[in-house]
Amino acid sequence: MEFPTALILNAIVAGLLLGGFYAAVSVGISISFGMLDVVNIAHPGFIILGSYIAYIVHERLGVDPILVSIVLSPLFFALGMVIYRIYYLCFERRGQESLRGLAFFFGILFITEVTLVLVFGVDYRLVETSYTSTTLRLGPVDFPLRLVVPFAVSIAMVVGLQIFLARTFFGRAVLAVAQDQLALRLMAIDPVRVKEYAFALSIATAGVAGAFLIVIQPVQPSIGREYIGLVFAVCVLGGMGSIWGTLLGAFILGLAESFTSTFFGPSWAPAVSFGTLLLALAFKPSGLLGR
Amino acid sequence: MRNRTFAVIAFAVAIAVIAASRWVANDYFLSAAYTVLQFIVLATAWNILGGYTGYVNFGSAAFFAVGAYSTVFLQKALHAPLPVMIVAGTLVAGLLGLAVGYLTLRMRGVFFAIATLAMAVVLYTFVVNWDYVGGARGAYIILPREVPFGLPRYIHLLYAAMVLMAAFALVIARAIQTSVIGRGLAAIRDDEMAAECSGVPTLRLKLLSATVSGALMGMAGTTLPLYLSYIEPSAAFNLSYAVNSIAMPLIGGMTSWLGPLIGAVLLGTVQQVVQVTVSSAWNLLIVGVLLVAFVTLAPNGIIGWIDAWRRRRA
Repeated sequence: MEFPTALILNAIVAGLLLGGFYAAVSVGISISFGMLDVVNIAHPGFIILGSYIAYIVHERLGVDPILVSIVLSPLFFALGMVIYRIYYLCFERRGQESLRGLAFFFGILFITEVTLVLVFGVDYRLVETSYTSTTLRLGPVDFPLRLVVPFAVSIAMVVGLQIFLARTFFGRAVLAVAQDQLALRLMAIDPVRVKEYAFALSIATAGVAGAFLIVIQPVQPSIGREYIGLVFAVCVLGGMGSIWGTLLGAFILGLAESFTSTFFGPSWAPAVSFGTLLLALAFKPSGLLGR
Repeated sequence: MRNRTFAVIAFAVAIAVIAASRWVANDYFLSAAYTVLQFIVLATAWNILGGYTGYVNFGSAAFFAVGAYSTVFLQKALHAPLPVMIVAGTLVAGLLGLAVGYLTLRMRGVFFAIATLAMAVVLYTFVVNWDYVGGARGAYIILPREVPFGLPRYIHLLYAAMVLMAAFALVIARAIQTSVIGRGLAAIRDDEMAAECSGVPTLRLKLLSATVSGALMGMAGTTLPLYLSYIEPSAAFNLSYAVNSIAMPLIGGMTSWLGPLIGAVLLGTVQQVVQVTVSSAWNLLIVGVLLVAFVTLAPNGIIGWIDAWRRRRA
C-alpha cells in the first residue's frame, strides 16, 4: 500500500483550519469561564443563536453572514450584559453560583435551543456565499475557502482579543479581576462592572463564531450541545484563562478530530473532544499554558 | 416514622395503585402515568448525588441510557425475562456510577459537572458505533405475546414495574437521608474539607452515593426499550432527561426525599398536559423556563418556600 502522504497532509491542513474555527468558538469560554469564573454552559446556545441571526439576515438582505455577525456583535454584547446582570444579582451576590448558577445556564441553553426549534423547526440550515463552494488547490492539498475565510477572521479576532486584553487598561482590569477582586476594589475599580463588560465581550465572540459555524456546516438548533464539550475541552486543555492556550488547545483538538474523521470515520469525532476533555480534567487540570 | 414503617407504607400504596390500574381502560393514561413515575425515579436518584452530596451530575441521560441499552443487549443475546433485565441494568449503571464516584477524587464543583456531561457524550458515541445493539439506526424490541400475572396488556406490566421502582427509589432515598450516611453526605455538601477533617469518610460516602444514584437512574431506563418498543441512541441519551432530572429536584427542593417527588409529579404532569394540549416542543420550553425561574426566584424550591412560610407564621 502506498503511504498516504496526501491524505495526511490534507488531514493536517483541515485540522489546522478547523482548529482556527474552534479557537473562535472557545475564546468566549476562556474569558467567561477561565477568567471570570462564570460557568457559562449556555455559550454554545449563543453560538447557534448567532448562526441563525446570520442566516436570517443573509436570506433577507443577501449580506455576507460573517459581515452581519460583526456588525451585529453589539447586540450580543448587550445580551451578555443583561445575562451577567441577572446572574450577578441572583447568584454571585448570594454566593450560590456553583450549583444554582450552573443550573441557570443549563436552563438558558435549553431555552435558546427549544425556542429556535419552535421558530425554525429542526431542519438543517445552510448559507451559500460566493466563496462557500470554491476550493483552492496547492499540489495535492485542498484549501476549501469555506474553512479558510472563517479561519482567517477567527485568528484575527483571537489575536486581536489577546492584544486588547494585554495592552489596554480595560483588558488589564479583566486580567486583574481574574486574579484578585479585592485588590481591584482597593484601586477604586468596580469588579462587577469589569466582569459585566468582559462577559458581554465573551457573548459577542459567540455571535461571531456562530456566523463562522453556519458558513462551515449546516446548522440545526440542537447541534449546540456537541460544542459544550469542545469549548470546555479547549479551555481546560490550553489552560484556564490563557488566550494563547486557547489557540493551542483549539489546534490540538482540530487536528485530533480531523485525524479521527479521516482514519476512523466522522461518527467517532465527538468522542475525541469529550474524551480529551475527560483526560485533560483527570490528569492535567491546570492545562498546557495554565497560569 | 421509622424507615421500615415507611417502606411498608410505600409498597402497600404501590400495590394498591397497581391493583387499581386493572380497571383503567385508557392506555394513554397508563403511559402518561408511566412517564411521570419514571421522572420520580430519575429525580429521586439524581438528588442522592446532586442534592444530598452537592455534586451536580449533567450525565443523567447516560445512566438512563445505559440501563436501556443493557435491556436491549440482554433481549438480543439471551431473551432474558423482565426482572433479570431490570436487575442487570441497575447493576451496570451502578458500576458506571462507581466510576463517576472516583471522578470526584480529582474534580470538584463545576469540573465534575462538565466531566459527567463529557462522559455522556463519549458513551453516546460508543453506542452510536456499536452495531450489535442497533447503532445509529436503533433497534426494535419485540414484546412477548402473553402478559404475566393475568394483566390485560403489556403496558400494565410496565406500569406496575415502574410503580414498584418509584416506591423502591423513594424508600432508598429516605433511608439514606435519615441515616448517618445522609448526615455525612450533607457534611460533604456543606464543606468537604471540614467533613474530612472531622473524620467523615468522604470518599467512601461519595462512592456510595454516586453508585446508588447511578444505579437507580439506570433502573428507570431498563424498561424504556419495552415501553417504546423501539430504541435509538438519541432517544435514550436525550438531553431532556438530564434537564428534567436536574429541574425537578431544584423545583421541589433538594434537601429531602420529598422535594424531587413533588417536583417530578408537578413538572411531569404539567409536561404531559402541555404535550397533549399544545405540543411536545413547548413542554420542553416550559421545563427550561421553570428551571430558570425557580433557580433565580425560589432557590430552595417548593419545600424551601413552604418552610419559610411556616417560619413566618410561627
